[in-house]
Amino acid sequence: MLLITNMKDDKITLGHGSGAALTRSLIHDVFVERFGLKQLDDAACIDNKLTFTTDAYVINPLFFPGGDIGKLSVTGTVNDLCMSGSEPMYVAASFIIEEGFSIEQLKVIADSMQKAAIEAGVKIIAGDTKVVERGKCDGIFITTTGIGILNDSPPLKAENIKVGDKIVVNGSLGDHTVAIINVRQNLGLNPPPESDCAPLNEIIKILLKTKKLVFARDATRGGVATILNEIYTDSGLGIIIDETSVPVKESTSALCGLLGLDPLYMANEGKFVAVVSDLDDNSLQKLQAHKYGNAASVIGIVTNEVQGVYLRTAIGSLRPLPMLASDPLPRIC
Amino acid sequence: MKLQDFIQPELVKNIINELRFYKDTATFMEVCGSHTMAIGHWGLRKLIPENIHLISGPGCPVCVTPSTVVDALIDLKDVTIATFGDLIRVPGSKQTLEQARAAGANIKTVYSPMEALDLAQREETVFVGIGFETTIPGIAYTIIEASRQRQYNFSVLPLLKLIPPALHALLSDSEVKINGLILPGHVSVIIGTKAYQFVSDKYGISGVVTGFEPLDIVLGIKLLIGRLHDPGIINEYSRIVSSDGNTVAQTAISEVFTTGNAIWRGLGNIPDSGLDIRPEYDQFDALKKYNITISEEAENTACGCSNVLKGKIKPLDCPLFARLCTPDNPIGPCMVSSEGSCAAYYKYER
Repeated sequence: MLLITNMKDDKITLGHGSGAALTRSLIHDVFVERFGLKQLDDAACIDNKLTFTTDAYVINPLFFPGGDIGKLSVTGTVNDLCMSGSEPMYVAASFIIEEGFSIEQLKVIADSMQKAAIEAGVKIIAGDTKVVERGKCDGIFITTTGIGILNDSPPLKAENIKVGDKIVVNGSLGDHTVAIINVRQNLGLNPPPESDCAPLNEIIKILLKTKKLVFARDATRGGVATILNEIYTDSGLGIIIDETSVPVKESTSALCGLLGLDPLYMANEGKFVAVVSDLDDNSLQKLQAHKYGNAASVIGIVTNEVQGVYLRTAIGSLRPLPMLASDPLPRIC
Repeated sequence: MKLQDFIQPELVKNIINELRFYKDTATFMEVCGSHTMAIGHWGLRKLIPENIHLISGPGCPVCVTPSTVVDALIDLKDVTIATFGDLIRVPGSKQTLEQARAAGANIKTVYSPMEALDLAQREETVFVGIGFETTIPGIAYTIIEASRQRQYNFSVLPLLKLIPPALHALLSDSEVKINGLILPGHVSVIIGTKAYQFVSDKYGISGVVTGFEPLDIVLGIKLLIGRLHDPGIINEYSRIVSSDGNTVAQTAISEVFTTGNAIWRGLGNIPDSGLDIRPEYDQFDALKKYNITISEEAENTACGCSNVLKGKIKPLDCPLFARLCTPDNPIGPCMVSSEGSCAAYYKYER
């Protein structure tokens, strides 16, 4: 584990919120010991019956092609619950709203939340509202907390991963980040790229039903590469990803080339990384027939040939795909 | 043609197989940080024959910016500092800009200088002008636009650098042993291939301007090997690079800037390798507006960046590399920028 050497003067930097190694260090050094946490998963498991999670949404812009902060705050929590193999059931939402925020916009956000909840089959049953002075928050921050039920199956755990298991994603990577960068930086891409923001609890059931699903995570901050590195850390098993199988839209690829970003490290809001002991053609076709899985692919394999996460490039070379320390920085030229 | 056309694995393999006919040892320097990253990204160093060495040069704008710049920026009070992302984690003597921002300094990351000019409509803004010929025309144009808008809330800290004078300094260093140069593709779009003629005329080695896809790079290496004994400047990137370059961009540059000395981290003070803002645009010159002086720095003596930038050592040979100097705690600037040699080696080649 990396030390938080960047915190020489004991201040939080934006890098600590990147979801990459700095975030992990912060959590370990500040919270894990104090709270006596034993395992860090997207959702905590209670007595092998319930899953429980919480997540804060502070996105700028609040509205973007493909979604808004309301939709995101429901689907994000639903996804954290269903990735452990549970059925998401109930959501609580708390709102921190800046003085001067439009009530009309708040209604739009609440409508989005309810629409997303209906699609995901969850109920929003509790909440809280606080208003802070102008300048004390960026329009609106939403925190959602969710509870899921583990039907007969035990929670999915990285320790069950074995050599030969396959790595599956349900579609093109980096779409959410590209949609946000386009709006935030006014890049004017036309048509504007859409976020992939979506609940994954229905599509993941396709894999759950095969009984071959070993582990799953939704690939948000830090992207697929960060999840794969966490899998390596937790399971001790190497992973090789085949670059030619990784689904990336041409427009995403072009923008990444321009800005020096890598889709494998970019945030998604409707993509899972699943480890399966096997995936037959029929199940892959079912994934691809689902509206959130049309570019689903097997992108790699768990192996003891390498220590760490590696990428087999399109031209046949093998190179590391390491954990990033912090947010990737867009480059100068 | 699509970019995909330059990633054809079979063609890349065929060219690499042809490289195996060459049995002597050759050392080529990729001048540009984007090439270093592309070579790492595609794992090319491991694919090409072992007798062909690729070493990384000084073509990362952040890497050659003295760390004293970071201190000077942190000392600026009551202004917004607008910078490209690469700079914000470069260590100054006490803090990075990212840490200064966490402590309250008003520092914003922008994707273009025009974004900084927009900020100036609301707050006094200094844009940190770092970059080579690729970035310079956009900055020149922004200063012209600021002048047209009479936006005197806006100024640029000119830390811009030119590639050809740096190549002069590098190639005249007797300790630097290079058999050929992989020349920067994007810089060449602006300055054209003729700007490198001195490389073969004066220093007797060849240079190849290439693109950034695997086919471009391996073809560039093949072309360099073909001209080891017949020095010249070759243009592999003719799909976007011409002999004369982009003359409109060149005109914008000379409208706003005039050449001056510049301090390059690792290479020292190189005559006529930087750009000063012309007196006609004085109001937009942050050096004059805020009376800033950028001093030469006292570098961490253990840091190998200066030798990495000259291609004298590989990042892996630096005693600090991956031990004390990592992307989350960079000591030298080559570890900070995504274009830096050390960051590229840390990410792709350990």
